[in-house]
Amino acid sequence: MYTQAMDLAPAEERTLRSAEEAQLEARFEARIDNGDFIEAKDWMPEHYRKTLVRQISQHAHSEIVGMLPEGNWISRAPTLKRKTILLAKVQDEAGHGLYLYAAAETLGTSRDQMVAALHSGRAKYSSIFNYPTLSWADMGVIGWLVDGAAIMNQVPLTRCSYAPYARAMVRICREESFHQRQGFDALLVMMKEGSDAQRTMVQDAVNRWWWPSLMMFGPPDDQSPNSTQSARWGIKRLSNDTLRQKFVDACVDQAQVLGVTLPDPDLKWNEERGHHDFGAIDWAEFRRVVAGHGPCNHERLAARVKAWDDGAWVRDAALAHARKRATREQAA
Amino acid sequence: MTSIRLQMTAPLHYVLRIADTCLIHAQRLAEWCGHGPVIEEDIALTNMALDLLGQARALLTRAALIEGEGLDEDRLAFLRDEDQFFNLTLVEQPLRKPSAHAAGGDFADTVLRNFLLATWLKALWQRLATSSDAELAAIAGKAVKEARYHQQHAADWVVRLGDGTPESAQRMRAALARAWPYTNEMFVRDSVDAEAEAAGLGPARDALHDVWRAEVAEVLAAATLALPAETPFIATGTIGRHSEHLGFVLAEMQVLQRTHPGGRW
Amino acid sequence: MSDRANDSQSEVGNEWPLWEVFVRPKAGLEHKHSGSLHAADAAMAIQLARDVYTRRQEGSSVWVVRSADITASDPRDKAAYFDPMEDKVYRHPTFYELPDAVNHM
Repeated sequence: MYTQAMDLAPAEERTLRSAEEAQLEARFEARIDNGDFIEAKDWMPEHYRKTLVRQISQHAHSEIVGMLPEGNWISRAPTLKRKTILLAKVQDEAGHGLYLYAAAETLGTSRDQMVAALHSGRAKYSSIFNYPTLSWADMGVIGWLVDGAAIMNQVPLTRCSYAPYARAMVRICREESFHQRQGFDALLVMMKEGSDAQRTMVQDAVNRWWWPSLMMFGPPDDQSPNSTQSARWGIKRLSNDTLRQKFVDACVDQAQVLGVTLPDPDLKWNEERGHHDFGAIDWAEFRRVVAGHGPCNHERLAARVKAWDDGAWVRDAALAHARKRATREQAA
Repeated sequence: MTSIRLQMTAPLHYVLRIADTCLIHAQRLAEWCGHGPVIEEDIALTNMALDLLGQARALLTRAALIEGEGLDEDRLAFLRDEDQFFNLTLVEQPLRKPSAHAAGGDFADTVLRNFLLATWLKALWQRLATSSDAELAAIAGKAVKEARYHQQHAADWVVRLGDGTPESAQRMRAALARAWPYTNEMFVRDSVDAEAEAAGLGPARDALHDVWRAEVAEVLAAATLALPAETPFIATGTIGRHSEHLGFVLAEMQVLQRTHPGGRW
Repeated sequence: MSDRANDSQSEVGNEWPLWEVFVRPKAGLEHKHSGSLHAADAAMAIQLARDVYTRRQEGSSVWVVRSADITASDPRDKAAYFDPMEDKVYRHPTFYELPDAVNHM
């Protein structure tokens, strides 16, 4: 999910290794196969380190950028209770970003470096956040589908071989469960107790978010050349297609409870496979959005860059003040 | 949806002043969510907004009971018109970006307003803890702890920015110049205050002045910021006559309930 | 305990230093490592630790330490530091077989 762009890229070339490094790597892989956790100061192949920095930081970026589409509706939440819930949820996302930046920092990068990579466009974030939130129903649908997809992706990551990432994921998963439930609850109220206009709003939101949610899981397995290495190293536990199928199966039942229609005429139960067949995903759209040509790519990045740039004087002042005090205390 | 019109009484007016101040300040603070200068502070500001929103909800619920016509926190928040909102005019001023009407709206304005307001609220909650209205007293007992934390956090920022870099000091001075005239409204004594005081409901606003002034002066001094000169300007949000900003704040806040009368959320 | 791969996390340029956060959820328990955050000074670190790491439960006590101030054992010394602990089984209660009547001890 957070490696969508990496999945699309051609298979990475491995640099030549010395005999000693080959031996270290063999020992490292034995530890992985044994189900051992790798901690920050353990020896690790450079490629493992680089892959993790990219994945974890892109996961962190996704949480932070992910605050924006929902943040768009905080001021317009229709009740004080919903405003409270939405604020708490978006705040959790900030916290998750923070835990993940911290996990990435254990691998030798810094918060500033990661933020610079995001702002320059080198680092990516999950494609889903490049879509606009056009109605209040989007808040419910994002909780149901987008957080639902994220949870499906995140639970296996609690067993990722890199321990700081796994620990961050445990903390995140604990906090995440209310995110999906509050969204589903909001939709249930609108569908079961709301007006016709509200029900239309919900269905429209489902129509817009369904396919992009399926794209969250990344390109099909046979188009993700870098996934194999990630799986080998215990970074990626389940394939894109496996997770996507799990998600579709779960959503069909949930959609029925809600009384909404998933916008896929080809969606149907396949008795033989024991899963739901679903229609073709528009991978051209996916590639466009990942490459920066989605509806909101520009706004999302601009908002983050602005927040950072506008905040520079604040961060500088805080440091300047801390230094002044340290000097005064030393002199005293 | 058609607006509701309240039958005003002094106790209702008194409670709504505090409720609306908390509500509108929370609404403004929430604008920072996702846009803060640093993620950690984003989380802190949102916590503050959540605390204030909780206080507003409790007070609005109490106000609805005082009003006695079967209203609730949401109908009060989303269906009243501007002239029946009674928040301090200070809290409707821009906070994250300048508006078409006025300059200002940056992090300096934010930390300063948080500080000035939390200092005022702390003094208010402390007195309200012995209100003749048991519910109000209970709300105050919880809220004073939150106000203490908000004041500490905001005061630390006022000092950091006032005594940080030349740029941060200049921004703080500008923020202080913008906010100061609005603080007079915090200490006006009118008939609503007098009646509340007489009934033991809560303190009149002027009773809060000295304690507020002393705490503010101390922090501004630590921040190397000069106390601004007094001005004769007295804002009037607390009697329902607002600045040009509240209309926009309410338009945004109330839009869904107005568009979907009787909607269930 | 510390996950810092790079121990000299000093104030490079204008970045706020990194702090490790330890929270004691309630009296009687120990402080547990909760995570890390960036803050400009100790007072800010304590406040932010409360805002970031104690949102869902009462914390009775919070410690913050600059990450750079943490000294950690070297994993390469693990064998020397920790393996000898493994064969002192007499430290473990399960080493002792007691009659059923008192086995709940």
